[in-house]
Amino acid sequence: MGSITLDHVNKAFGDVQVIPDISLDIKDGEFVVFVGPSGCGKSTLLRLIAGLEDTTGGTIKLDGADMTNAPPAKRGLAMVFQSYALYPHMSVRDNIAFPLKMANTPKDVIAQKVDYAARTLNLNDYLDRRPRALSGGQRQRVAIGRAIVREPKAFLFDEPLSNLDAALRVNMRLEITELHQQLKTTMIYVTHDQVEAMTMADRIVVLNAGKVEQFGTPLELYRKPANRFVAGFIGSPKMNFIDGQDAARYDAHSIGVRPEHFQLSRESGTFTGKVAVAEQLGADTFLHVNVERLGLITVRTGGDETFENGETVHLTPDPQRIYRFSADGTALSHGQA
Amino acid sequence: MARSVRPQTKIAFTVLAWLVGLILFFPILWAILTSFKTESEAIASPPVVLPSVWTLENYFDVQARSDYFKHFFNSVLISVGSTLIGLFIGVPAAWSMAFSPTKRTKDILMWMLSTKMMPAVGVVVPIYLLFRDWQLLDTVHGLTFVLTMINLPIIIWMLYTYFREIPVDILEAARMDGAELWKEIVYVLVPMAIPGIASTLLLNVILAWNEAFWTINLTAAQAAPLTAFISSFSSPQGLFWAKLSAASTLAIAPILLLGWFSQKQLVRGLTFGAVK
Repeated sequence: MGSITLDHVNKAFGDVQVIPDISLDIKDGEFVVFVGPSGCGKSTLLRLIAGLEDTTGGTIKLDGADMTNAPPAKRGLAMVFQSYALYPHMSVRDNIAFPLKMANTPKDVIAQKVDYAARTLNLNDYLDRRPRALSGGQRQRVAIGRAIVREPKAFLFDEPLSNLDAALRVNMRLEITELHQQLKTTMIYVTHDQVEAMTMADRIVVLNAGKVEQFGTPLELYRKPANRFVAGFIGSPKMNFIDGQDAARYDAHSIGVRPEHFQLSRESGTFTGKVAVAEQLGADTFLHVNVERLGLITVRTGGDETFENGETVHLTPDPQRIYRFSADGTALSHGQA
Repeated sequence: MARSVRPQTKIAFTVLAWLVGLILFFPILWAILTSFKTESEAIASPPVVLPSVWTLENYFDVQARSDYFKHFFNSVLISVGSTLIGLFIGVPAAWSMAFSPTKRTKDILMWMLSTKMMPAVGVVVPIYLLFRDWQLLDTVHGLTFVLTMINLPIIIWMLYTYFREIPVDILEAARMDGAELWKEIVYVLVPMAIPGIASTLLLNVILAWNEAFWTINLTAAQAAPLTAFISSFSSPQGLFWAKLSAASTLAIAPILLLGWFSQKQLVRGLTFGAVK
């Protein structure tokens, strides 16, 4: 079991209110991602759940039991750090065995569990090495192994992939998702990368300035963003925002159109502009089109079509997929259900 | 880019460095040479550099007059004992200051350092009276206690500087892995800080070994370490240079050897915090 409930949790460092008031209900076995720009309080929130920081107010419950003031060691959670935080003076085997040793587990059980974790994570050949003799990806696996053997109520990941190169990051992303499917244990994962959030999460918490902007499934966030912040944060490339008279036409203070929701034509369309930069990725092409009055608009199109810089193109937003926002950024009803 | 140094400048600095080194080492060398001379050669004017006959007589005289090994063991007990007790108190103290600092941590560190600025002679009377009343005069445990107190600020400062170089993530990982406070210190912090703890230990053993003010003032015969042993040779009846030199050589030999074999650790200890 591993349900986590935050009830009006807040945290201040001196006079600085980092988290004003957050309530969340994370179900047992769920993979929840905290995502937001740097400094939004996502890591602090994770550290509050871990017990590495004390709350200023509110309660944290694990499986219904109040753990607000329990020390980290007593919460039964495991954490994987961005810096891996392996013990440099211990071999891989001892690193993985450390939590079991702390729990006074019998030696034969430790050997069995370390062996199992090493097999699961392909670390068998490295068990006698020191962490400094491992690559970044292997170190991250050891950190995960150390978390697995404890059989924790929940795993906490603090930006675990940000120190890895792009290719390895994609691999590790898959491995962590597979691990979740295999273990079915609650996982909370902090990242600033919305692609990681979208691909891994059952549900995503979008945080901004210590506040929850929206809590929902990846597709909910993509299709029905609660406000302009979430709309801009989720989706890659970013949503285009249009203000002023062009938005007023749609009875809104501003409207948002995702790059993939424009129809591109060389003949006619709602907006006309010139291609400033064409980024060809092979499967897709991102066109940055300079539209008069609106500025730079990003459009996603198929990789087969080629466009010259400076070429005139016409853009028409899909009327079903125009997001409308009020003056304070709240989403108004929109086309896409 | 490396700075280019002219060969002449390099030679000049090398000669200068050797010269300074020799000047600093000369008194020790002179004492060692004198310890092998006869008393008349030792005070000869003009001075004799090398003894005409190398003699060990002074060493036998010194051992016959007062038991060198007794003082040697007192020195070992007091210096090692006070350093170990200091480390036992200093490690948790430095842990809390490095990893759980409060608004006042810097002030406390400065206050501890300020006690080293106070002249020892300023508190000799109260401490002497306390020692007399508590019957600690001329006892090994009394001296160990005083030297622990005297060197504790340096121990805490050194450990604090080393601990600050250890990433706090690793200690937090240990906490998440179920380690209680003392296990976190014993299994994770101390093994990672071994080089720092070793140089703190070495430096403080040397400082305690060489401490002469309290060891001479608070001891008589029973607990007297080597410092008191040397001073007992500067008697009102006149100076016996050769014997005094033999006693000095015997007193500094152990610590000189220790220093020689642990040079690397010591240099790291003495320049702690200088880089990074």
